[in-house]
Amino acid sequence: MNSQNIIVIDGQEFTFNQDDTILQVAERNGIFIPTLCYLKGTSPTGACRVCLVEVEGARNLVASCATPAASDMVVRTDTERVIKARKLNIELLLASGQHNCLAQDMDMDSWTDFQLRAMETNEHKELCPAHGDCRLQDLAIRYQVNTNRFLPTETKYSIENVNPFIIRDFSRCILCGRCVQACNEVQVNNAISYGYRGSTLKIVAKADLALKDSDCVFCGECIQACPVGALIPKQDLLKERSVSKTKKVHTTCSYCGVGCQIYLHVRDNKVVKVTGVNDIAPNFGSLCVKGRFGYDFVNDKKRLKTPLIKENGTFREASWDEALDLVADKLKRIKDESGPDAIQVLTSARTTNEENYIAQKFARAVIGTNNIDHCARL
Amino acid sequence: MAGLAAAFGSGAMTNPIEDLEKTNVIMIVGSNTTENHPVLSSYIKRAVTFKDTKLIVFDPRKIDITRFATHWLRPVLGTDVAFINGMMNVIIKENLYAKDYVQSRTVGFEELKKKVEKYTPEYVEEISGIPKDQLIDAARLYGQAPAASIVYAMGITQHTTGTDNVKSLANLAMLCGNMGITGGGVNPLRGQNNVQGACDMGGLPNVYTGYQKVGDPAVRERMAKAWGVEKLPEKPGLTVTDMMERAHEGKMKALYIIGENPMVSDPNLGHVKKSMENLDFLVVQDIFLTETALIADVVLPAASFAEKKGTFTNTERKVQMVRKALDPPGQAKEDWEIIADLSRRMGYPMEYANSRAIMNEINEVTPSYRGITYDRLETKGLPWPCPATDHPGTPCLHVGKFTCGLGVFHAIDYIPPAEVPDDEYPLYLTTGRVLYHFHTGTMTMKSQGLNELAPECFVEISQQDAASYNLHEGSNLKISSRRGTIEAKAMISEKAVDGTVFIPFHYAKAAANTLTNAALDPIARIPEYKVCAIRLEKAQPVSIQE
Repeated sequence: MNSQNIIVIDGQEFTFNQDDTILQVAERNGIFIPTLCYLKGTSPTGACRVCLVEVEGARNLVASCATPAASDMVVRTDTERVIKARKLNIELLLASGQHNCLAQDMDMDSWTDFQLRAMETNEHKELCPAHGDCRLQDLAIRYQVNTNRFLPTETKYSIENVNPFIIRDFSRCILCGRCVQACNEVQVNNAISYGYRGSTLKIVAKADLALKDSDCVFCGECIQACPVGALIPKQDLLKERSVSKTKKVHTTCSYCGVGCQIYLHVRDNKVVKVTGVNDIAPNFGSLCVKGRFGYDFVNDKKRLKTPLIKENGTFREASWDEALDLVADKLKRIKDESGPDAIQVLTSARTTNEENYIAQKFARAVIGTNNIDHCARL
Repeated sequence: MAGLAAAFGSGAMTNPIEDLEKTNVIMIVGSNTTENHPVLSSYIKRAVTFKDTKLIVFDPRKIDITRFATHWLRPVLGTDVAFINGMMNVIIKENLYAKDYVQSRTVGFEELKKKVEKYTPEYVEEISGIPKDQLIDAARLYGQAPAASIVYAMGITQHTTGTDNVKSLANLAMLCGNMGITGGGVNPLRGQNNVQGACDMGGLPNVYTGYQKVGDPAVRERMAKAWGVEKLPEKPGLTVTDMMERAHEGKMKALYIIGENPMVSDPNLGHVKKSMENLDFLVVQDIFLTETALIADVVLPAASFAEKKGTFTNTERKVQMVRKALDPPGQAKEDWEIIADLSRRMGYPMEYANSRAIMNEINEVTPSYRGITYDRLETKGLPWPCPATDHPGTPCLHVGKFTCGLGVFHAIDYIPPAEVPDDEYPLYLTTGRVLYHFHTGTMTMKSQGLNELAPECFVEISQQDAASYNLHEGSNLKISSRRGTIEAKAMISEKAVDGTVFIPFHYAKAAANTLTNAALDPIARIPEYKVCAIRLEKAQPVSIQE
């Protein structure tokens, strides 16, 4: 082993590769460093200052996501100084917007003002939609951060909801830049960026347009990257929310042939949301607008629920027994009268391998014809 | 896929998707990648933006991915063979081809060389309209790259010369030694979630699972034994396009359709409707009462992908798990359950406990799927061929040797499309999809948000053509071909090239396939959706009384 490539983190020695950051070495070896703005696979921004660590010999704490590992570097991830700095940064982030989920520990007067103001807008009547699924909230609880030291900052920009899918609530945006990284470095749609400066900093689409008027293609990568409640799928607000009653099922998307790995979020036998499965090929969490938002068909009320038989030009409902007996009789009769090649089966590029296998076995072994095809040609 | 099978012995994407970020040059032909395969397109966009990969795009339309292209070449519709031959002409003349590779791994080079001699950049410019210098630059870029990947989709295959187009791409890739290497390959992008799987599983008239030929007596005997029947039919069956003809003649009596909507997706819809009406018996098994189900005699309710367990095989040949998240609505059942039940009623019991049991049988009868078991798929997908349970699968095909031994060059001449513009029908029409909808819209049009973003059919037309027809954005148009007429609104766009309009085929109410030509590729039997001739007229605005 090359002794050049050894770093010490919390008293343990680890090897590292060129271009590894301190955070990457720590994560690989099971050492927890909290992160907020860091988005895997993209260039680090160091914006949130939550992943601070202490490096021996360095005067200031460093952002582990943006600091390359170096030989003979000695790193501490959990000193009092580190914890204190992280707590302060989380506290400032909480105060940067309307993060009302942790308002309980404010003093009464400002709590009321804060709540009233927060609830003036329609979308804020309920608890933050990210409640229970928010990195900032998780970190605030983990580090027992009080919110009573700083008053929440006034909201400078109003909510944007003039598109079918994405709500942008700037009052909850912590300007971490994960959405910008996701849009520009993962999907490379280049639709959003930082705009304005200093205290008016904002994530903007083109020249601060609504998403629908920009280059946005509604892939929703930004929603999946947002660690707080600033980017929310619109559907989430239209439905009764309850994270606890929802189950997530890992499956494969049913649109194009890429085969993205998705989670179907299911509640009361209904799909309520779709998210990409992170860290797995081929999509590593990414989805497109159809995959992420085009799931309504599954629970559409026009779904076929019972077999139908046409009589005198109109359909009537039938039992499985009646319908399948009719089909079996008809096919048998046609086979007897006109031969098996007078029957054709079209199987489907939408159904599973197992079902396609059964369909061609049915055509060949049961009907006795090779007349089987599907729409690959179409 | 017939083209690739003829050249390499295997008709599927040769390289994994991840290779798109490990290559020097990507060449996209006939794929509107950002709209039809958005997540895959981000691999290409990342490669170009962050890894110095060069991108060549051939497309008459200024599709979105052209924004990332180093070279964007704008051919006349249906001239693919000509410009690919032209690239090979330059590459051979300038000695940029992989001589050792060609000598040791391929056959037919001399014929190819002779054939492409006449496809000089000047000649190709006459046919395709691509300026000769642009073609030379693109050829040099592709020819000099250590690794270059070709990506294509329906823009290559949906032509009367589709098989020729694919063989030409295969020629180009072999000529430059790009087969069987990381970052190389000829990569067809599959448009539907399980097209690859439907082919792999023998959902084709000439092969059983894993492309085992029905004409091979040994294979037939083995399958008959596995399925417990005395004999199986020898003669290859009919393709969907030929079946329609047979039905039109009244010789096809019964049709059993699972999850397809030919009444919107097939070319020359007027003809399709007549064919379907000629049937004695039509069964449609689907999740919705589609345009096709409406004309059926019996409709059977099926479970959607969210309501079943099984596997899909993606465009890179990777088999992945599909898991049940919900119960199907009402009495709807999984497609295999319905067929198995019907089969029992026809005197052939199919007893499977579940989809896993079916996969076990697939493993037994399919060499390339033998090692692909549910237990292994629980943790990750596996690309075929995967001949044993300890085999890791094969992400890259043709390493060291082609499936068929030596790669085969095909010397091919350019043939024009079956229908080109004339005085009566002076414009080209090409069809395709838009980002917000999928195929015939059965699924996507149930989402209000997607409908809001792409509400209706349109005719994408260039500024200049719009001016010459005196059209405005949103003008109502009547579009006619020799086969039918539809109405849609004009969308004046910089994407369109003069002389060619584009219409998406999703919308049943203004079905672009009323216009399209059913002329077929003689081998693959794929219709020429991508080229036909049309004429435009202004339509009367719909009156309020209506």
